[in-house]
Amino acid sequence: MKHLIHAEWTKFRTVRGWVIGMVVAIPLTVLIGLLGPAGSSFECAGPNGQKCAAQTPPTLPDGTPVFDNFYFVHRTLSGDGTITARVAPLKDAEPWAKAGVIVKQSTKVGSAYAAVMTTGGHGVRMQYNYTEDIAGPAKGQWLRLSRKGNTLTGAVSADRRHWTTVGTTQLDLGSTVEAGMFVSSPQHVERTQSFGSISEDGSPTTATTTFDEVTTDGEWRKDWHSTEVGGPSEMVETGFTEQDGRFTITGHGDITPVVQAGLGRSVENALVGVFAGLIAVLVVATLFVTSEHRRGLIRTSFAANPRRGQLLAAKAIVIGGVSFVVGVVSAALSIPLVTDLEVAKGFFLFPSSAWTEIRVVVGTGLLFAVAAVLAVAVGSLLRRGAGTVTAMIVGIVLPYLLAVASVLPAGPAEFLTTVTPAAGFAIQQTVREYPQVSASYTPGDGFFPLSQAGGFAVLCAYAVLAAVLATFALRRRDA
Amino acid sequence: MTLLHAEWTKVRTVPGPAWLLFGAVALTVLLSALASGAMPEGGDPAKSAFLGITLGQAAVAILAVGMVSGEYGTGMIRTTFTAMPRRVNVLAAKGLVVTALTLAAGAVAVLASAATGDALLPNGLSLSEGPIQRAATGSVLYLTLIALLSIGVAALVRDAAAAIGVVLGLLYLTPIVTSLVSDPVWHDRLQKLSPMTAGLAIQATMNLDQQPISPWKGLGVLALWAAGALLAGAATLRLRDA
Repeated sequence: MKHLIHAEWTKFRTVRGWVIGMVVAIPLTVLIGLLGPAGSSFECAGPNGQKCAAQTPPTLPDGTPVFDNFYFVHRTLSGDGTITARVAPLKDAEPWAKAGVIVKQSTKVGSAYAAVMTTGGHGVRMQYNYTEDIAGPAKGQWLRLSRKGNTLTGAVSADRRHWTTVGTTQLDLGSTVEAGMFVSSPQHVERTQSFGSISEDGSPTTATTTFDEVTTDGEWRKDWHSTEVGGPSEMVETGFTEQDGRFTITGHGDITPVVQAGLGRSVENALVGVFAGLIAVLVVATLFVTSEHRRGLIRTSFAANPRRGQLLAAKAIVIGGVSFVVGVVSAALSIPLVTDLEVAKGFFLFPSSAWTEIRVVVGTGLLFAVAAVLAVAVGSLLRRGAGTVTAMIVGIVLPYLLAVASVLPAGPAEFLTTVTPAAGFAIQQTVREYPQVSASYTPGDGFFPLSQAGGFAVLCAYAVLAAVLATFALRRRDA
Repeated sequence: MTLLHAEWTKVRTVPGPAWLLFGAVALTVLLSALASGAMPEGGDPAKSAFLGITLGQAAVAILAVGMVSGEYGTGMIRTTFTAMPRRVNVLAAKGLVVTALTLAAGAVAVLASAATGDALLPNGLSLSEGPIQRAATGSVLYLTLIALLSIGVAALVRDAAAAIGVVLGLLYLTPIVTSLVSDPVWHDRLQKLSPMTAGLAIQATMNLDQQPISPWKGLGVLALWAAGALLAGAATLRLRDA
């Protein structure tokens, strides 16, 4: 086997066009990737002439962009304490309109918090620090949030006597916190999709509800204050009234992680050039097999080594290995270069840990390797260069184009990115789906229906199937 | 005439082209039927009914690339040029033969797609309406121009696999890149320049004012791409050794 791999490596190394093709894939990937941000700019004509930077959302310490916008009626709490309130159900509200009790580090946008709330359509929830969400029972008007040391406990009750704990969490909010009642209501978004374009129509909404029998335990400062966290809206009226301990609060906004934002870019956006590089790699991988058939060299190869399956394996190993290196280098160069340009152009970046970036870089290498092995197997089956390259591009790139460049509606788009080899691009996904945020999670928005490993497994399954068929056909057919 | 007859004989006497033409029709109708069945409300019926062209063009491209690259692969091209030393005329003959074949296959594919669209679309599809007729004839012409573009690229690149990679890369990559460019001026410019996006503007029958380019102008852009590729291919044929 070792000498076979050496022989195949020599074949690859000594054909100038193949080496050039593989090497060219790297700058091709980077340059096409740079085209995206290079051709992008913003018109930041805010009403007060704000700069683009003023339009980017606040971020958590780890860089996660968040929305932090709600109506807050609060008092200052020192040390441990509890707040209990009866919250009337939200009527005719957005599914993710929220009303409940909250403990927040400060009224500053983006500060840490924990809250237990009733929602327009998702029952009682406990949420904290924007990204975390725990589902509670569907009903229960009494909400209670208590702080003991750094432990925050949210509970719900239907009758104020029997309490069910929704969740607990450890949060260091400091010695004094702002705590009280809040109401938020996200934008109402209508998505209309037609071929080639999606238009989103968002309008701000408000939610109103009443809080009564509000009781507090602990060291609370006396008067209730109201704050429009995140600033007041120019489009809708918000506010609160109090009468005999009965608070009526109208709020708008949302407290969630940002899932999509016009100006936000994630790691995978830097890798759009991968398609161009992949096509170059696929062409070389195909030629690596089909040109032997065309020139008749395959008969010499089989005469030298009659175990045909082994020859195919050696080819797959050599071209897979080279493609892996090309993929890794392309991605490792693209990510820093493209993100630098994106930042220079004023985009904000969705955060990604070094570990995530390594995963994406290695994932791109694996994607190239497995796609190249698939090309070798299909090339061995079809024995035709043009047919094989077409099959590969139509199988891998066209479904992605139809699904992601928003040509198809969500249903067929998810189908295509599940059953075709294009599912393998899921390995590049870094954006996270939040069940508590209503957003569109379609392939066009960067969300693949399968997990990273699952999508990649689909591509691998195609490669394995093609390799088995190719081995079988090699044995049965004349060379 | 001899040139045309020679090219026609070459195409006629191997099984590949017939299968590819059949494949172009089958793939076009298949994807068109799927898209027609799944058209969202407010979708463009003609774009749905003829979406299969995006897939069928791949088979047409293989056929066209094969007519040139196939001869280079086997060395047949040297025999051809010995018999017919006017190389540009050979390329023209190949272009004419592939045009005729693609027109025929494209017409079948589009008529069949229109029929499935009529059956599957919620409001049907009537070929008697002017815009639909334009979309249908335009789709056939689109396929023909893709074939000519492929002939030109194949004469330029010679190797079949590399040529098909260039053609399909040009067609399928530009829309993906365009979708990431957010600058409205550049986005618009790329959409107008992209051979596939501009060429398929001929299929738009709704919201024509919102399309990146008007239908016939879009097809004109693709025609310029095809003409450019053919010119470059012809120049290469003359200047390089076969």
